[in-house]
Amino acid sequence: MSDWQAIRSIADDVRSSKLKATDLVEKALGAIKEQAAYDAIITTVEERAKLRAKEIDEKSSNHQDAGRLAGVPFIAKDNFLAFGAETTAGSNILKGFNAPYQATAIERLEAEGAICVAKANLDAFAHGSSTENSDFMVTKNPHDKTRVAGGSSGGSAAAVSLGMTPFAIGSDTGGSIRLPASFCGCVGYKPTYGLISRSGVVAMASSLDVVGPLAMSVDDVALVTDVMAGQDNLDSTTIERDKMSYDDLSLELKGQKVGLIKEYFDDSLDPMIKQLIQSNIDKLTKAGAEITDVSLPSLPLALAVYYIVCPAEVSSNLGRYDGQRFGYSYPDARTLEESYLQSRSIGFGKEAKRRIMVGSYVLSSGYYDAYYVKAQTVRTKLINEFNEAFGRVDFLIGPTAPMTAFKIGENVDDPLKMYLTDIMTVGVNLAGLPAISLPGGMVDGLPVGLQLMAPQRADRKLLGLAKTVEGLIKC
Amino acid sequence: MAKLTREDILKLAQLSKLSLTESEITEFTTDINNILNYVEQLQKVDTKGLVPTSQVTGLVNSTRPDKIIDYGYSPADLLKNVPNVQEQQIKVKRILE
Repeated sequence: MSDWQAIRSIADDVRSSKLKATDLVEKALGAIKEQAAYDAIITTVEERAKLRAKEIDEKSSNHQDAGRLAGVPFIAKDNFLAFGAETTAGSNILKGFNAPYQATAIERLEAEGAICVAKANLDAFAHGSSTENSDFMVTKNPHDKTRVAGGSSGGSAAAVSLGMTPFAIGSDTGGSIRLPASFCGCVGYKPTYGLISRSGVVAMASSLDVVGPLAMSVDDVALVTDVMAGQDNLDSTTIERDKMSYDDLSLELKGQKVGLIKEYFDDSLDPMIKQLIQSNIDKLTKAGAEITDVSLPSLPLALAVYYIVCPAEVSSNLGRYDGQRFGYSYPDARTLEESYLQSRSIGFGKEAKRRIMVGSYVLSSGYYDAYYVKAQTVRTKLINEFNEAFGRVDFLIGPTAPMTAFKIGENVDDPLKMYLTDIMTVGVNLAGLPAISLPGGMVDGLPVGLQLMAPQRADRKLLGLAKTVEGLIKC
Repeated sequence: MAKLTREDILKLAQLSKLSLTESEITEFTTDINNILNYVEQLQKVDTKGLVPTSQVTGLVNSTRPDKIIDYGYSPADLLKNVPNVQEQQIKVKRILE
């Protein structure tokens, strides 16, 4: 498991030449090799990482500032365009794709001295909750190899929990950072929609997709968020960030109003998880937080809304994979139509096809109003309920998932059952809210995630709360 | 209740530019019907007076100066993933039989 120091202290030591970036990269690559059996990593970025490490060490020895993340190795989910390796998004159709430019998130991390050492496994195109939809392999859970790591950022979460690197980055469309963080026992942060640029991230569902970090502490995810956050000319959906940094955290719990989401504590929640979450909440109460029950009656509908909105957006975003401009192209096609059909049918995996088909259906004339418009209207209802709740409380709290990591293969034959694992995470994506999953303890040797949510753009405050809660859970 | 037939699935595949195998047709007919039955719970929700949400941050018309920004990439960089290039153009198969 992870034995890295806090990111801030690693970077301090690299800047003062106490630690060498080259050694850190070696350590990360060594750990990746040693733990190859977990199938967390699709490819390493060895050559480029070593080159960058050398540059950073030279900078430090010349007393130049090597950045706030100087020499810190990290792993990017393989749906981030990055130099030095292929970007596959976990899919056969993008196998061999060499990014012509890098994701803004990676550019910003590199500008502060961080070094991308590998690309992590994911469900192809981030469609899934377990990495079982990866076209290449299934990532194993660091706590039990017969179980899933969660998804879709399962490779990123497993990598961080196994100590391959101090942090990883992922994307969260319906829970893809928080769910694997919960299953693997690390911290996963989904910021407010638009806080971090998505330029250079393979698009899944554009009204929901966000970029965020995974690490072993709130301090670490906050520092990485601070480096990545802010408007970007290359992503017109980015929002203005807070003037103050995200990594200077403290929040007095006394007097904070925290709402317990009633709908998350029904019979579908594993009773052991319920007990554990309740014991964490008792700690908050003892520390002075005002806990009240909050009801969001439309929240149980969030998953149904999600499985209309998401496939609709997926079907249009995956339209670009036509075999002509990039990605797999069927070599024996005689006509353009045949090239489209064969390239897509051979290149896409089952889940991508399933979502494209559902998307085509809910967007087709005759069904558009009944499905798509209806879902977007129920989405409004849910957003209104969140707004109302945040009129009464400062934060919301609940579990990240109704279960711990399930067995590999357990849900693969029933897509709907697999979708239900996201039942507690999709709500905030539909409303664009920030949310974090913290390790909340263990049930039968498996990690359980505690989820905290805040109003849009309250990222700084939420990270502050998370840090305080993290301290309470540990003691 | 949605009940998509084999023909409906084939039509959807055609709209999606996918050509399905026999086993995919069978499997997707069941799966997609299950998914649609699940999402149909929304039909009963009272949404009178509400407008659909298509974006969540309220941003309006993000503009920037109409100026070329040089990111330093050559056309060759940007074309390097294209399966079939001729004279800096993307070459595709014929459209008409």
